Amino acid sequence: MNNSAATIAEESRLSEQEIAEINEEASHYEQKSGASIEALKIVQKYRRWVSDDSLKQIAELLGMSPEELDGVATFYNLIYRQPVGRKVILCCDSVSCWMLGANDVQDGISQRLGIGLGETTEDDEYTLLPIVCLGACDHAPVMMVDDVLHHDVDEKQLDKIFENRK
Amino acid sequence: MQTPLTKNIKPERDFATLDNYLETGGYDGLRKAVTEMDSLQVQQTVKDSGLKGRGGAGFPTGMKWSFVPMGEDAPTTKYFVVNADEMEPGTFKDRVLMEKDPHQLVEGIIIGSYAIRASAAYIFLRGEYFLSAERLSAAIAEAYDKGYLGKNILGSDYSLELYLHTSAGRYICGEETALLNSLEGKRANPRAKPPFPQVSGLWGKPTIVNNVETVCNLPHILHYGPDWFAELGVGADNGTKLFGASGRVKKPGVWELPMGTTIREILDEHAGGMQDGYKLRGLLPGGASTDFLVPEHLDVAMDFDAIAAAGSRMGTGTMIILDDHTCPVQMVLNLSQFFSQESCGWCTPCRDGLPWVVVLLQDLIDGKGRPEDLDLLLRQTRTLGPGTTFCALAPGAMEPLQSALKYFREDFEKYLSQPVAAGAQ
Repeated sequence: MNNSAATIAEESRLSEQEIAEINEEASHYEQKSGASIEALKIVQKYRRWVSDDSLKQIAELLGMSPEELDGVATFYNLIYRQPVGRKVILCCDSVSCWMLGANDVQDGISQRLGIGLGETTEDDEYTLLPIVCLGACDHAPVMMVDDVLHHDVDEKQLDKIFENRK
Repeated sequence: MQTPLTKNIKPERDFATLDNYLETGGYDGLRKAVTEMDSLQVQQTVKDSGLKGRGGAGFPTGMKWSFVPMGEDAPTTKYFVVNADEMEPGTFKDRVLMEKDPHQLVEGIIIGSYAIRASAAYIFLRGEYFLSAERLSAAIAEAYDKGYLGKNILGSDYSLELYLHTSAGRYICGEETALLNSLEGKRANPRAKPPFPQVSGLWGKPTIVNNVETVCNLPHILHYGPDWFAELGVGADNGTKLFGASGRVKKPGVWELPMGTTIREILDEHAGGMQDGYKLRGLLPGGASTDFLVPEHLDVAMDFDAIAAAGSRMGTGTMIILDDHTCPVQMVLNLSQFFSQESCGWCTPCRDGLPWVVVLLQDLIDGKGRPEDLDLLLRQTRTLGPGTTFCALAPGAMEPLQSALKYFREDFEKYLSQPVAAGAQ
Protein backbone atom coordinates (compact mmCIF):
# COMPACT_ATOMS: atom_id res chain seq x y z
CA MET A 1 0.00 0.00 0.00
CA ASN A 2 1.02 3.61 -0.50
CA ASN A 3 2.26 4.50 2.95
CA SER A 4 1.90 8.23 2.90
CA ALA A 5 -0.87 9.57 5.10
CA ALA A 6 -0.84 12.71 2.98
CA THR A 7 -2.71 11.05 0.15
CA ILE A 8 -5.80 10.21 2.20
CA ALA A 9 -9.26 11.19 1.02
CA GLU A 10 -11.15 13.81 3.02
CA GLU A 11 -13.89 11.48 4.30
CA SER A 12 -11.29 9.03 5.53
CA ARG A 13 -9.42 11.60 7.60
CA LEU A 14 -9.58 10.93 11.33
CA SER A 15 -11.83 13.41 13.12
CA GLU A 16 -10.63 15.73 15.88
CA GLN A 17 -12.67 13.63 18.30
CA GLU A 18 -10.95 10.41 17.25
CA ILE A 19 -7.52 12.03 17.48
CA ALA A 20 -8.29 13.49 20.91
CA GLU A 21 -9.44 10.12 22.24
CA ILE A 22 -6.38 8.37 20.84
CA ASN A 23 -4.04 10.95 22.36
CA GLU A 24 -5.76 10.58 25.74
CA GLU A 25 -5.16 6.82 25.70
CA ALA A 26 -1.59 7.32 24.52
CA SER A 27 -0.88 9.44 27.60
CA HIS A 28 -1.35 6.34 29.80
CA TYR A 29 1.77 4.64 28.50
CA GLU A 30 5.50 5.25 28.49
CA GLN A 31 5.42 5.21 24.69
CA LYS A 32 2.54 6.30 22.44
CA SER A 33 2.65 3.01 20.57
CA GLY A 34 1.35 1.38 23.76
CA ALA A 35 -2.09 2.68 22.83
CA SER A 36 -2.19 0.93 19.45
CA ILE A 37 -4.99 -1.47 20.38
CA GLU A 38 -7.10 1.20 22.03
CA ALA A 39 -6.55 3.47 19.04
CA LEU A 40 -7.74 0.80 16.63
CA LYS A 41 -10.82 0.22 18.80
CA ILE A 42 -11.56 3.94 18.96
CA VAL A 43 -11.54 4.28 15.19
CA GLN A 44 -13.56 1.10 14.89
CA LYS A 45 -16.14 2.50 17.30
CA TYR A 46 -16.84 5.33 14.83
CA ARG A 47 -16.31 3.54 11.53
CA ARG A 48 -17.14 -0.14 12.29
CA TRP A 49 -13.87 -1.40 10.81
CA VAL A 50 -10.26 -0.33 10.24
CA SER A 51 -9.47 0.55 6.65
CA ASP A 52 -5.98 0.99 5.21
CA ASP A 53 -6.50 4.77 5.32
CA SER A 54 -7.43 4.65 9.02
CA LEU A 55 -4.51 2.38 9.71
CA LYS A 56 -1.99 4.72 8.07
CA GLN A 57 -3.21 7.71 10.07
CA ILE A 58 -3.26 5.88 13.40
CA ALA A 59 0.24 4.61 12.72
CA GLU A 60 1.47 8.13 12.05
CA LEU A 61 -0.17 9.45 15.25
CA LEU A 62 1.49 6.76 17.33
CA GLY A 63 4.92 6.78 15.73
CA MET A 64 4.62 3.30 14.27
CA SER A 65 5.00 2.02 10.73
CA PRO A 66 1.71 0.98 9.06
CA GLU A 67 3.12 -2.53 8.67
CA GLU A 68 3.84 -2.81 12.38
CA LEU A 69 0.36 -1.55 13.23
CA ASP A 70 -1.22 -3.91 10.70
CA GLY A 71 0.63 -6.75 12.41
CA VAL A 72 -1.10 -5.72 15.62
CA ALA A 73 -4.50 -5.14 13.99
CA THR A 74 -4.57 -8.55 12.34
CA PHE A 75 -3.52 -10.35 15.53
CA TYR A 76 -6.60 -9.53 17.57
CA ASN A 77 -10.01 -11.20 17.14
CA LEU A 78 -12.06 -8.07 17.68
CA ILE A 79 -10.27 -5.72 15.28
CA TYR A 80 -11.89 -5.88 11.85
CA ARG A 81 -9.74 -5.17 8.82
CA GLN A 82 -12.70 -5.76 6.52
CA PRO A 83 -16.07 -4.02 6.49
CA VAL A 84 -18.66 -5.47 8.88
CA GLY A 85 -22.37 -4.84 9.24
CA ARG A 86 -23.93 -2.30 11.59
CA LYS A 87 -24.18 -5.03 14.21
CA VAL A 88 -21.71 -7.85 14.80
CA ILE A 89 -23.01 -11.14 16.20
CA LEU A 90 -20.38 -13.13 18.06
CA CYS A 91 -21.44 -16.73 18.60
CA CYS A 92 -19.41 -18.68 21.18
CA ASP A 93 -18.24 -22.08 19.94
CA SER A 94 -16.03 -23.16 22.85
CA VAL A 95 -16.49 -26.34 24.84
CA SER A 96 -19.37 -25.65 27.26
CA CYS A 97 -21.47 -23.80 24.65
CA TRP A 98 -20.65 -26.57 22.15
CA MET A 99 -21.95 -29.18 24.61
CA LEU A 100 -25.13 -27.22 25.25
CA GLY A 101 -26.22 -26.34 21.73
CA ALA A 102 -23.97 -23.69 20.16
CA ASN A 103 -24.36 -25.35 16.76
CA ASP A 104 -28.15 -25.03 16.99
CA VAL A 105 -27.81 -21.35 17.88
CA GLN A 106 -25.60 -20.78 14.86
CA ASP A 107 -28.03 -22.66 12.60
CA GLY A 108 -30.92 -20.70 14.08
CA ILE A 109 -29.21 -17.41 13.27
CA SER A 110 -28.25 -18.54 9.77
CA GLN A 111 -31.83 -19.56 9.07
CA ARG A 112 -33.26 -16.24 10.19
CA LEU A 113 -30.65 -14.02 8.56
CA GLY A 114 -29.64 -16.09 5.56
CA ILE A 115 -25.92 -15.78 6.29
CA GLY A 116 -23.20 -18.17 7.39
CA LEU A 117 -20.14 -17.57 9.55
CA GLY A 118 -18.05 -14.67 8.30
CA GLU A 119 -20.87 -13.29 6.17
CA THR A 120 -22.88 -10.06 6.27
CA THR A 121 -26.58 -9.65 5.44
CA GLU A 122 -27.34 -7.92 2.15
CA ASP A 123 -28.80 -4.88 3.88
CA ASP A 124 -25.56 -4.55 5.85
CA GLU A 125 -27.34 -4.92 9.19
CA TYR A 126 -25.64 -8.02 10.64
CA THR A 127 -22.31 -9.82 10.38
CA LEU A 128 -22.08 -13.29 11.95
CA LEU A 129 -18.77 -14.39 13.45
CA PRO A 130 -17.65 -17.22 15.71
CA ILE A 131 -15.91 -16.28 18.96
CA VAL A 132 -14.06 -18.17 21.67
CA CYS A 133 -15.25 -18.59 25.25
CA LEU A 134 -17.16 -15.50 26.42
CA GLY A 135 -16.86 -16.34 30.10
CA ALA A 136 -20.53 -17.06 30.86
CA CYS A 137 -20.40 -20.86 30.64
CA ASP A 138 -22.96 -21.41 33.38
CA HIS A 139 -25.51 -19.89 30.99
CA ALA A 140 -24.44 -21.68 27.83
CA PRO A 141 -25.08 -21.32 24.95
CA VAL A 142 -24.05 -17.71 24.82
CA MET A 143 -23.66 -15.04 22.15
CA MET A 144 -23.09 -11.31 21.88
CA VAL A 145 -24.72 -8.78 19.58
CA ASP A 146 -22.33 -5.81 19.69
CA ASP A 147 -21.79 -5.23 23.41
CA VAL A 148 -24.92 -7.01 24.64
CA LEU A 149 -24.50 -10.52 26.04
CA HIS A 150 -27.34 -12.97 25.39
CA HIS A 151 -27.28 -16.14 27.41
CA ASP A 152 -29.23 -19.40 27.62
CA VAL A 153 -29.98 -18.71 23.97
CA ASP A 154 -32.86 -20.77 22.56
CA GLU A 155 -35.28 -20.53 19.63
CA LYS A 156 -37.59 -18.22 21.58
CA GLN A 157 -34.78 -15.79 22.35
CA LEU A 158 -33.60 -15.85 18.75
CA ASP A 159 -37.16 -15.00 17.68
CA LYS A 160 -37.13 -12.02 20.00
CA ILE A 161 -33.65 -10.78 19.11
CA PHE A 162 -34.27 -11.04 15.39
CA GLU A 163 -38.00 -10.36 15.38
CA ASN A 164 -37.88 -7.97 12.44
CA ARG A 165 -36.09 -10.58 10.38
CA LYS A 166 -38.64 -13.37 10.06
CA MET B 1 -16.52 -13.86 57.72
CA GLN B 2 -16.83 -17.04 55.68
CA THR B 3 -17.35 -15.72 52.16
CA PRO B 4 -15.27 -12.56 51.94
CA LEU B 5 -15.08 -12.43 48.14
CA THR B 6 -18.81 -12.57 47.50
CA LYS B 7 -20.24 -11.00 50.66
CA ASN B 8 -21.29 -7.87 48.81
CA ILE B 9 -22.95 -9.78 45.97
CA LYS B 10 -26.68 -9.90 46.63
CA PRO B 11 -29.41 -11.12 44.26
CA GLU B 12 -31.62 -8.10 44.97
CA ARG B 13 -29.17 -5.62 43.47
CA ASP B 14 -27.20 -5.43 40.22
CA PHE B 15 -23.88 -4.69 41.92
CA ALA B 16 -22.35 -3.24 45.08
CA THR B 17 -22.05 0.54 44.92
CA LEU B 18 -19.32 2.46 46.73
CA ASP B 19 -21.69 3.01 49.67
CA ASN B 20 -22.57 -0.69 49.76
CA TYR B 21 -18.84 -1.47 49.70
CA LEU B 22 -17.96 0.93 52.51
CA GLU B 23 -20.76 -0.45 54.70
CA THR B 24 -19.06 -3.84 54.99
CA GLY B 25 -15.59 -2.56 55.83
CA GLY B 26 -14.57 -1.50 52.36
CA TYR B 27 -11.19 0.29 52.08
CA ASP B 28 -10.38 -0.49 55.75
CA GLY B 29 -7.72 -2.91 54.52
CA LEU B 30 -6.18 -0.20 52.38
CA ARG B 31 -6.31 2.32 55.22
CA LYS B 32 -4.50 -0.10 57.52
CA ALA B 33 -1.88 -0.85 54.88
CA VAL B 34 -0.92 2.69 53.89
CA THR B 35 -1.33 4.40 57.27
CA GLU B 36 -0.08 1.74 59.70
CA MET B 37 2.26 -0.50 57.72
CA ASP B 38 5.14 -0.13 55.34
CA SER B 39 5.27 -1.90 51.99
CA LEU B 40 7.48 -4.76 53.18
CA GLN B 41 5.15 -5.40 56.11
CA VAL B 42 2.25 -5.70 53.66
CA GLN B 43 4.30 -8.18 51.65
CA GLN B 44 5.01 -10.20 54.78
CA THR B 45 1.32 -10.25 55.71
CA VAL B 46 0.42 -11.65 52.32
CA LYS B 47 3.26 -14.17 52.53
CA ASP B 48 2.04 -15.26 55.97
CA SER B 49 -1.49 -15.71 54.66
CA GLY B 50 -0.34 -18.39 52.24
CA LEU B 51 -2.35 -16.85 49.41
CA LYS B 52 -1.66 -18.61 46.11
CA GLY B 53 -2.43 -17.28 42.65
CA ARG B 54 -6.01 -17.84 41.54
CA GLY B 55 -5.39 -17.50 37.80
CA GLY B 56 -4.47 -21.12 37.26
CA ALA B 57 -0.82 -21.54 38.24
CA GLY B 58 -1.23 -21.37 42.03
CA PHE B 59 2.11 -19.69 42.67
CA PRO B 60 2.48 -18.22 46.19
CA THR B 61 1.64 -14.54 45.82
CA GLY B 62 3.90 -13.20 48.57
CA MET B 63 6.84 -15.06 47.07
CA LYS B 64 6.08 -13.72 43.60
CA TRP B 65 6.12 -10.18 44.99
CA SER B 66 9.38 -10.73 46.88
CA PHE B 67 11.43 -10.71 43.69
CA VAL B 68 10.54 -7.08 42.95
CA PRO B 69 13.48 -4.82 43.83
CA MET B 70 12.58 -2.68 46.83
CA GLY B 71 14.25 -0.04 48.95
CA GLU B 72 16.11 3.19 48.29
CA ASP B 73 18.17 1.91 45.37
CA ALA B 74 15.24 0.28 43.60
CA PRO B 75 13.86 1.73 40.36
CA THR B 76 11.11 4.28 41.00
CA THR B 77 9.03 3.20 38.01
CA LYS B 78 7.33 -0.09 38.82
CA TYR B 79 4.04 -1.56 37.64
CA PHE B 80 1.23 -3.61 39.14
CA VAL B 81 -0.90 -5.28 36.49
CA VAL B 82 -4.13 -7.19 36.98
CA ASN B 83 -4.75 -10.03 34.56
CA ALA B 84 -8.46 -9.67 33.85
CA ASP B 85 -8.22 -11.43 30.51
CA GLU B 86 -10.43 -14.33 31.61
CA MET B 87 -10.66 -16.51 28.50
CA GLU B 88 -9.89 -20.03 29.67
CA PRO B 89 -12.86 -22.00 28.28
CA GLY B 90 -15.16 -23.06 31.07
CA THR B 91 -14.09 -20.16 33.29
CA PHE B 92 -16.46 -17.41 34.37
CA LYS B 93 -15.46 -16.42 37.89
CA ASP B 94 -13.55 -13.16 37.45
CA ARG B 95 -16.46 -11.72 35.48
CA VAL B 96 -18.72 -12.09 38.52
CA LEU B 97 -16.22 -10.35 40.82
CA MET B 98 -15.71 -7.41 38.47
CA GLU B 99 -19.34 -6.89 37.48
CA LYS B 100 -20.84 -7.26 40.93
CA ASP B 101 -18.24 -5.79 43.33
CA PRO B 102 -15.82 -3.63 41.34
CA HIS B 103 -14.48 -1.72 44.37
CA GLN B 104 -13.14 -4.93 45.87
CA LEU B 105 -10.80 -5.30 42.93
CA VAL B 106 -9.86 -1.60 43.01
CA GLU B 107 -8.98 -1.74 46.71
CA GLY B 108 -6.98 -4.93 46.16
CA ILE B 109 -5.04 -3.30 43.34
CA ILE B 110 -4.05 -0.32 45.49
CA ILE B 111 -2.91 -2.63 48.31
CA GLY B 112 -0.89 -4.82 45.94
CA SER B 113 0.62 -1.77 44.28
CA TYR B 114 1.59 -0.35 47.67
CA ALA B 115 3.20 -3.65 48.61
CA ILE B 116 5.64 -3.41 45.72
CA ARG B 117 5.70 0.45 45.61
CA ALA B 118 4.33 0.46 42.07
CA SER B 119 4.10 3.91 40.49
CA ALA B 120 1.23 2.92 38.21
CA ALA B 121 -1.24 0.06 37.88
CA TYR B 122 -3.19 -1.32 34.94
CA ILE B 123 -6.19 -3.56 34.68
CA PHE B 124 -5.82 -5.64 31.52
CA LEU B 125 -9.47 -6.44 30.86
CA ARG B 126 -10.70 -8.63 28.03
CA GLY B 127 -12.53 -6.54 25.48
CA GLU B 128 -15.73 -8.61 25.50
CA TYR B 129 -16.41 -7.77 29.18
CA PHE B 130 -18.20 -4.49 28.43
CA LEU B 131 -20.21 -4.41 31.64
CA SER B 132 -17.08 -4.99 33.74
CA ALA B 133 -15.38 -2.14 31.87
CA GLU B 134 -18.28 0.19 32.62
CA ARG B 135 -18.42 -0.70 36.31
CA LEU B 136 -14.66 -0.65 36.84
CA SER B 137 -14.30 2.72 35.08
CA ALA B 138 -16.93 4.19 37.37
CA ALA B 139 -15.38 2.61 40.46
CA ILE B 140 -11.92 3.93 39.55
CA ALA B 141 -13.32 7.46 39.15
CA GLU B 142 -15.04 7.16 42.54
CA ALA B 143 -11.82 5.93 44.13
CA TYR B 144 -9.91 8.95 42.79
CA ASP B 145 -12.64 11.23 44.19
CA LYS B 146 -12.30 9.71 47.63
CA GLY B 147 -8.52 9.95 47.68
CA TYR B 148 -7.92 6.21 47.44
CA LEU B 149 -6.04 6.83 44.17
CA GLY B 150 -3.87 9.64 42.88
CA LYS B 151 -1.43 11.68 44.92
CA ASN B 152 -0.84 11.02 48.63
CA ILE B 153 -3.36 8.27 49.15
CA LEU B 154 -5.26 8.72 52.43
CA GLY B 155 -2.73 11.34 53.43
CA SER B 156 0.26 9.00 53.09
CA ASP B 157 3.37 9.55 51.00
CA TYR B 158 2.20 6.93 48.51
CA SER B 159 0.76 7.91 45.11
CA LEU B 160 -0.69 5.67 42.40
CA GLU B 161 -2.27 6.06 38.98
CA LEU B 162 -4.65 3.29 37.87
CA TYR B 163 -5.53 2.77 34.21
CA LEU B 164 -8.11 0.47 32.67
CA HIS B 165 -6.95 -1.15 29.42
CA THR B 166 -9.50 -3.11 27.44
CA SER B 167 -8.15 -5.71 25.08
CA ALA B 168 -9.32 -6.87 21.65
CA GLY B 169 -9.52 -10.65 21.96
CA ARG B 170 -6.96 -13.53 21.85
CA TYR B 171 -6.60 -16.08 24.62
CA ILE B 172 -2.80 -15.86 24.67
CA CYS B 173 -3.10 -12.39 26.23
CA GLY B 174 -3.81 -14.24 29.47
CA GLU B 175 -0.21 -15.48 29.48
CA GLU B 176 1.64 -13.07 31.75
CA THR B 177 4.44 -12.04 29.39
CA ALA B 178 2.23 -12.02 26.29
CA LEU B 179 -0.07 -9.74 28.27
CA LEU B 180 2.81 -7.34 28.86
CA ASN B 181 3.58 -7.26 25.14
CA SER B 182 -0.07 -6.59 24.43
CA LEU B 183 -0.11 -3.81 27.02
CA GLU B 184 2.85 -2.31 25.16
CA GLY B 185 0.66 -2.22 22.06
CA LYS B 186 2.30 -5.14 20.27
CA ARG B 187 1.27 -8.61 19.08
CA ALA B 188 0.75 -10.79 22.13
CA ASN B 189 3.68 -13.15 21.70
CA PRO B 190 5.08 -14.39 25.03
CA ARG B 191 8.59 -13.51 26.17
CA ALA B 192 11.45 -15.71 27.24
CA LYS B 193 11.94 -15.98 31.01
CA PRO B 194 14.40 -15.05 32.52
CA PRO B 195 14.33 -12.11 32.81
CA PHE B 196 11.18 -12.42 34.93
CA PRO B 197 8.65 -9.60 34.92
CA GLN B 198 9.53 -8.72 38.53
CA VAL B 199 12.90 -7.57 37.26
CA SER B 200 12.08 -6.60 33.67
CA GLY B 201 8.40 -6.47 32.78
CA LEU B 202 6.22 -3.75 31.30
CA TRP B 203 8.47 -1.39 29.32
CA GLY B 204 11.39 -3.25 30.94
CA LYS B 205 10.45 -2.06 34.44
CA PRO B 206 9.80 -4.25 37.51
CA THR B 207 6.25 -5.56 37.13
CA ILE B 208 3.88 -7.86 38.98
CA VAL B 209 1.00 -9.54 37.13
CA ASN B 210 -1.73 -11.02 39.34
CA ASN B 211 -5.14 -12.55 38.59
CA VAL B 212 -8.39 -10.74 39.48
CA GLU B 213 -9.48 -13.25 42.12
CA THR B 214 -6.02 -13.25 43.73
CA VAL B 215 -6.10 -9.46 44.06
CA CYS B 216 -9.68 -9.50 45.41
CA ASN B 217 -8.40 -11.43 48.44
CA LEU B 218 -5.98 -8.67 49.47
CA PRO B 219 -8.43 -6.25 51.19
CA HIS B 220 -9.68 -9.06 53.40
CA ILE B 221 -6.24 -10.43 54.27
CA LEU B 222 -5.19 -6.95 55.35
CA HIS B 223 -8.47 -6.30 57.17
CA TYR B 224 -8.95 -9.60 59.00
CA GLY B 225 -5.33 -10.79 59.11
CA PRO B 226 -3.35 -13.72 57.67
CA ASP B 227 -4.35 -16.17 60.42
CA TRP B 228 -8.04 -15.69 59.64
CA PHE B 229 -7.29 -16.45 55.99
CA ALA B 230 -5.41 -19.62 56.87
CA GLU B 231 -8.34 -20.93 58.88
CA LEU B 232 -10.77 -20.56 56.00
CA GLY B 233 -9.33 -23.43 54.01
CA VAL B 234 -10.26 -27.03 54.85
CA GLY B 235 -7.43 -28.69 52.97
CA ALA B 236 -3.78 -27.90 52.41
CA ASP B 237 -4.45 -24.46 50.94
CA ASN B 238 -5.69 -21.33 52.68
CA GLY B 239 -8.63 -19.07 52.05
CA THR B 240 -11.71 -19.51 49.95
CA LYS B 241 -12.00 -20.03 46.23
CA LEU B 242 -14.61 -19.35 43.59
CA PHE B 243 -15.46 -22.81 42.31
CA GLY B 244 -17.75 -23.41 39.36
CA ALA B 245 -19.30 -26.01 37.11
CA SER B 246 -20.65 -25.91 33.57
CA GLY B 247 -21.99 -28.61 31.29
CA ARG B 248 -24.94 -30.91 31.86
CA VAL B 249 -25.38 -30.32 35.57
CA LYS B 250 -28.71 -29.23 37.01
CA LYS B 251 -27.49 -25.87 38.33
CA PRO B 252 -24.38 -24.60 36.54
CA GLY B 253 -22.87 -21.68 38.40
CA VAL B 254 -20.07 -20.33 40.56
CA TRP B 255 -19.85 -20.53 44.37
CA GLU B 256 -17.38 -19.27 46.97
CA LEU B 257 -16.29 -22.22 49.09
CA PRO B 258 -13.34 -23.13 51.31
CA MET B 259 -10.19 -24.22 49.50
CA GLY B 260 -10.12 -28.00 49.80
CA THR B 261 -13.84 -28.58 49.24
CA THR B 262 -14.23 -31.93 47.48
CA ILE B 263 -15.25 -32.26 43.86
CA ARG B 264 -18.23 -34.33 44.98
CA GLU B 265 -19.53 -31.56 47.23
CA ILE B 266 -19.26 -28.94 44.48
CA LEU B 267 -20.92 -31.22 41.95
CA ASP B 268 -23.70 -32.68 44.10
CA GLU B 269 -24.49 -30.04 46.70
CA HIS B 270 -23.99 -26.88 44.69
CA ALA B 271 -24.33 -27.83 41.03
CA GLY B 272 -27.27 -30.11 41.85
CA GLY B 273 -25.74 -33.20 40.32
CA MET B 274 -26.14 -34.35 36.73
CA GLN B 275 -29.25 -33.49 34.73
CA ASP B 276 -31.87 -36.24 34.57
CA GLY B 277 -30.91 -38.89 32.07
CA TYR B 278 -27.20 -38.00 32.14
CA LYS B 279 -24.36 -39.67 34.01
CA LEU B 280 -20.95 -38.29 34.90
CA ARG B 281 -18.19 -39.59 32.68
CA GLY B 282 -15.39 -37.20 33.62
CA LEU B 283 -14.47 -33.60 34.26
CA LEU B 284 -11.78 -31.01 33.65
CA PRO B 285 -11.33 -29.55 37.14
CA GLY B 286 -9.96 -26.15 36.21
CA GLY B 287 -10.88 -25.20 32.67
CA ALA B 288 -9.92 -26.40 29.21
CA SER B 289 -6.19 -26.78 29.81
CA THR B 290 -6.40 -29.29 32.67
CA ASP B 291 -6.27 -33.10 32.63
CA PHE B 292 -9.48 -35.13 32.83
CA LEU B 293 -10.45 -36.64 36.15
CA VAL B 294 -13.05 -39.42 36.34
CA PRO B 295 -15.74 -40.54 38.84
CA GLU B 296 -13.16 -42.37 41.00
CA HIS B 297 -11.74 -38.90 41.82
CA LEU B 298 -14.95 -37.40 43.17
CA ASP B 299 -13.70 -37.34 46.76
CA VAL B 300 -10.48 -35.53 45.92
CA ALA B 301 -10.17 -32.11 47.57
CA MET B 302 -10.05 -29.10 45.28
CA ASP B 303 -6.72 -27.69 46.32
CA PHE B 304 -3.58 -27.36 44.26
CA ASP B 305 -1.64 -30.30 45.71
CA ALA B 306 -4.49 -32.81 45.95
CA ILE B 307 -5.60 -32.29 42.35
CA ALA B 308 -1.98 -32.46 41.20
CA ALA B 309 -1.54 -35.75 43.05
CA ALA B 310 -4.63 -37.07 41.23
CA GLY B 311 -2.90 -36.29 37.93
CA SER B 312 -4.48 -32.98 36.96
CA ARG B 313 -4.32 -29.25 37.80
CA MET B 314 -6.75 -27.20 39.83
CA GLY B 315 -6.29 -24.36 37.36
CA THR B 316 -9.09 -21.81 37.61
CA GLY B 317 -11.30 -24.09 39.73
CA THR B 318 -14.22 -23.88 37.32
CA MET B 319 -15.01 -27.43 36.23
CA ILE B 320 -16.18 -28.55 32.82
CA ILE B 321 -18.36 -31.64 33.17
CA LEU B 322 -18.30 -34.44 30.59
CA ASP B 323 -21.57 -36.36 30.53
CA ASP B 324 -22.16 -39.83 29.10
CA HIS B 325 -24.04 -38.52 26.02
CA THR B 326 -21.10 -36.37 24.88
CA CYS B 327 -18.31 -37.99 22.93
CA PRO B 328 -14.96 -37.38 24.65
CA VAL B 329 -13.15 -37.47 21.30
CA GLN B 330 -15.37 -34.75 19.88
CA MET B 331 -14.95 -32.75 23.07
CA VAL B 332 -11.17 -32.98 22.75
CA LEU B 333 -11.51 -31.96 19.09
CA ASN B 334 -13.45 -28.84 20.11
CA LEU B 335 -10.81 -28.02 22.72
CA SER B 336 -7.98 -28.63 20.25
CA GLN B 337 -9.62 -26.37 17.67
CA PHE B 338 -9.74 -23.65 20.32
CA PHE B 339 -6.08 -23.98 21.26
CA SER B 340 -4.98 -24.30 17.66
CA GLN B 341 -6.68 -21.11 16.52
CA GLU B 342 -5.50 -19.21 19.61
CA SER B 343 -1.85 -20.12 19.17
CA CYS B 344 0.15 -16.93 18.74
CA GLY B 345 2.21 -18.62 16.03
CA TRP B 346 5.60 -17.90 17.52
CA CYS B 347 7.04 -21.36 18.10
CA THR B 348 6.95 -24.34 15.80
CA PRO B 349 5.64 -27.12 18.04
CA CYS B 350 2.53 -25.09 18.94
CA ARG B 351 1.92 -23.35 15.62
CA ASP B 352 2.35 -26.47 13.52
CA GLY B 353 1.62 -29.20 16.06
CA LEU B 354 -1.81 -28.04 17.21
CA PRO B 355 -3.40 -27.87 13.73
CA TRP B 356 -1.94 -31.30 13.09
CA VAL B 357 -3.66 -32.63 16.23
CA VAL B 358 -6.93 -31.11 14.96
CA VAL B 359 -6.54 -32.83 11.58
CA LEU B 360 -5.73 -36.17 13.22
CA LEU B 361 -8.80 -35.95 15.48
CA GLN B 362 -11.09 -34.79 12.66
CA ASP B 363 -9.88 -37.59 10.38
CA LEU B 364 -10.46 -40.09 13.16
CA ILE B 365 -14.02 -38.87 13.65
CA ASP B 366 -14.65 -38.86 9.89
CA GLY B 367 -13.67 -42.52 9.63
CA LYS B 368 -10.33 -41.81 7.96
CA GLY B 369 -8.18 -42.61 11.01
CA ARG B 370 -5.44 -45.22 11.04
CA PRO B 371 -4.49 -47.31 14.10
CA GLU B 372 -1.07 -45.65 14.31
CA ASP B 373 -2.79 -42.24 14.64
CA LEU B 374 -3.40 -42.91 18.33
CA ASP B 375 0.33 -43.39 18.87
CA LEU B 376 0.95 -40.27 16.82
CA LEU B 377 -1.43 -38.29 19.03
CA LEU B 378 0.32 -39.60 22.10
CA ARG B 379 3.67 -38.57 20.64
CA GLN B 380 2.27 -35.07 20.06
CA THR B 381 1.46 -34.80 23.74
CA ARG B 382 5.19 -35.11 24.39
CA THR B 383 6.40 -32.99 21.48
CA LEU B 384 4.06 -30.20 22.57
CA GLY B 385 4.58 -30.91 26.26
CA PRO B 386 6.23 -28.85 28.99
CA GLY B 387 9.79 -27.83 28.23
CA THR B 388 9.56 -27.92 24.45
CA THR B 389 7.46 -24.85 23.70
CA PHE B 390 7.90 -21.13 24.27
CA CYS B 391 4.98 -20.88 26.68
CA ALA B 392 2.38 -23.05 28.38
CA LEU B 393 -0.42 -22.82 25.77
CA ALA B 394 0.48 -25.99 23.87
CA PRO B 395 1.32 -28.03 26.99
CA GLY B 396 -2.05 -26.93 28.36
CA ALA B 397 -3.73 -28.06 25.16
CA MET B 398 -2.14 -31.46 25.56
CA GLU B 399 -3.58 -32.01 29.04
CA PRO B 400 -7.14 -32.88 27.97
CA LEU B 401 -5.78 -34.92 25.03
CA GLN B 402 -3.32 -37.02 27.00
CA SER B 403 -5.82 -37.71 29.77
CA ALA B 404 -8.59 -38.54 27.28
CA LEU B 405 -6.27 -41.07 25.62
CA LYS B 406 -5.66 -42.52 29.08
CA TYR B 407 -9.24 -42.67 30.38
CA PHE B 408 -11.33 -42.87 27.20
CA ARG B 409 -9.11 -44.90 24.89
CA GLU B 410 -11.99 -47.14 23.83
CA ASP B 411 -13.87 -44.09 22.52
CA PHE B 412 -10.93 -43.28 20.27
CA GLU B 413 -10.63 -46.90 19.16
CA LYS B 414 -14.35 -47.07 18.35
CA TYR B 415 -13.76 -44.60 15.53
CA LEU B 416 -11.18 -46.91 14.01
CA SER B 417 -13.58 -49.84 13.77
CA GLN B 418 -16.82 -47.88 13.22
CA PRO B 419 -16.43 -44.95 10.83
CA VAL B 420 -19.86 -43.54 11.82
CA ALA B 421 -19.53 -40.63 14.30
CA ALA B 422 -21.01 -41.67 17.66
CA GLY B 423 -21.19 -38.35 19.45
CA ALA B 424 -23.10 -35.44 20.83
CA GLN B 425 -24.48 -33.11 18.19
